Amino acid sequence: MTEEIIISGFGGQGVLSMGKILAYSALVEGKEVSWMPAYGPEQRGGTANVTVIISDERISSPIVSQFDTAVILNQPSLERFEPQIKPGGTLIYDGYGISEPPKRTDINIYEIDAMDAAAEMGNPKGFNMIVLGGLLKIRGLVNIDDVLAALRKTLPERHHHLIPANEEALRRGMEIITRK
Amino acid sequence: MANNDILLMKGNEAIAHAAIRCGCDGYFGYPITPQSEILETLAAQKPWETTGMVVLQAESEVASINMLYGGGGAGKRVMTSSSSPGVALMQEGIAYMAGAEIPGLIVNVQRGGPGLGTIQPSQGDYFQATRGGGNGDYYIIVLAPSTVQEMADFVDLSFELAFKYRIPAMILSDGVIGQVMEKVTLPPFKPRRTDEEVIAQCPWASTGRKGMRPINVITSLELRPEAMEQHNLHLQAKYAEIRKNEVRYEELQTEDADYLIVAFGSAARIAQKAISDLRAEGIRVGLLRPITLWPFPYDRIRELSQKVRGILTFEINAGQMVEDVRLAVEGRTPVTHYGKMGGIVPTPDEVIATLKNHFSITL
Repeated sequence: MTEEIIISGFGGQGVLSMGKILAYSALVEGKEVSWMPAYGPEQRGGTANVTVIISDERISSPIVSQFDTAVILNQPSLERFEPQIKPGGTLIYDGYGISEPPKRTDINIYEIDAMDAAAEMGNPKGFNMIVLGGLLKIRGLVNIDDVLAALRKTLPERHHHLIPANEEALRRGMEIITRK
Repeated sequence: MANNDILLMKGNEAIAHAAIRCGCDGYFGYPITPQSEILETLAAQKPWETTGMVVLQAESEVASINMLYGGGGAGKRVMTSSSSPGVALMQEGIAYMAGAEIPGLIVNVQRGGPGLGTIQPSQGDYFQATRGGGNGDYYIIVLAPSTVQEMADFVDLSFELAFKYRIPAMILSDGVIGQVMEKVTLPPFKPRRTDEEVIAQCPWASTGRKGMRPINVITSLELRPEAMEQHNLHLQAKYAEIRKNEVRYEELQTEDADYLIVAFGSAARIAQKAISDLRAEGIRVGLLRPITLWPFPYDRIRELSQKVRGILTFEINAGQMVEDVRLAVEGRTPVTHYGKMGGIVPTPDEVIATLKNHFSITL
């Protein structure tokens, strides 16, 4: 199994950290992983994207041009990456950031209203974890217990009290993601 | 972090951790994208509190390389890191180190050029690294990592080679391998050398003679032409020895290959994906990945060129290593190049299309 994933949105939405948590969780499961950010003069409000590859085998190129799954959090990212999803692949988008919905008919499209859910939960910083929950619900990839293990492993001790809120966000994402 | 732990980190972070673990005495550097995590990680790890390693943010790249000259001249395992324009600034100091036979490690996490260029990945400094970017007849050892694991492993290897031959060594990486996070197992801890060990292992170093031995002079200056010629002949003999002993490369699926891709560093990773896709289509392609860019694996490429129908050199530049490949091949088989500039990283699909089109491969 190899899954090539692009996560793309605005800087400050937690795109890179979401990818990092996904990568760490796969590491916990003993899988091969690569996390390649589009680095640059990035800033809050600019664009940010990261390619995460999870595989049972050694990963060759950390840079790919076609993706199994795209997680899209704003309109410019949708325009850029919708054509780069493999036929039969998966597109997950947050409805809040999208004015022109995706048009392809040869891929599986899901909407997750994570921005709204994060606001309802009073946990705006949980936005990316809600999206990650939705991704895991649809694509499996890693077990939620391993995500929590990854959080425990990578977060400094002083932030461990935030893990239950992150778990809640993950589970909420799993509930609210819907097929289009 | 215990030994043997499998960790997830960036190539730049791996270099910093490996430096602390392999008994590095000092790091001198100045921030520049895409390699700033090296200095940042060292600052966060505070090795001066554990191993006693010095970490210093210098006022410039020129200062950094001259601190390397001083530290290396005293027999210390010292390193600096920068990215392309910063390494360009260091060239005078590197030539002085080569002339004075001072060991040291320079890490170049390349970005696009020329000049200030861009902060995105590139392999445009191949000529600068392998031809000696400074003045005079000299080479430095150049290692090209293609994984985060190699970023970690090549730190100690560079120091070993640098001290074995009294020569500067360079890790020539790029923004892809510097920024990507992958699995890595860090090398085991090795203590820094004691003053007594430095004196015993580096009898040439300026360690303070205390009236006990003749003066060690660390210099690249010699105004008597005959003496300077002798020094140059000595350097050339040393380079011949390195060419004989230290060529390193990796081969993948070359046994039955009809076509060969030659690529180093991050480009070799992209090439691997292209090769597995091509083989799935029934096109037999192999990879020769030079690990040492100097000394270059001319002999092995010459051997392989007699077995294949064509060679594609794939680099993230306008075509630099391809000149060395052509020198090795000497017209025995067609050689072409594919690459991009400006910080644009080509995808495996572009490599596949170039190979098929150039060699008119149809199924």
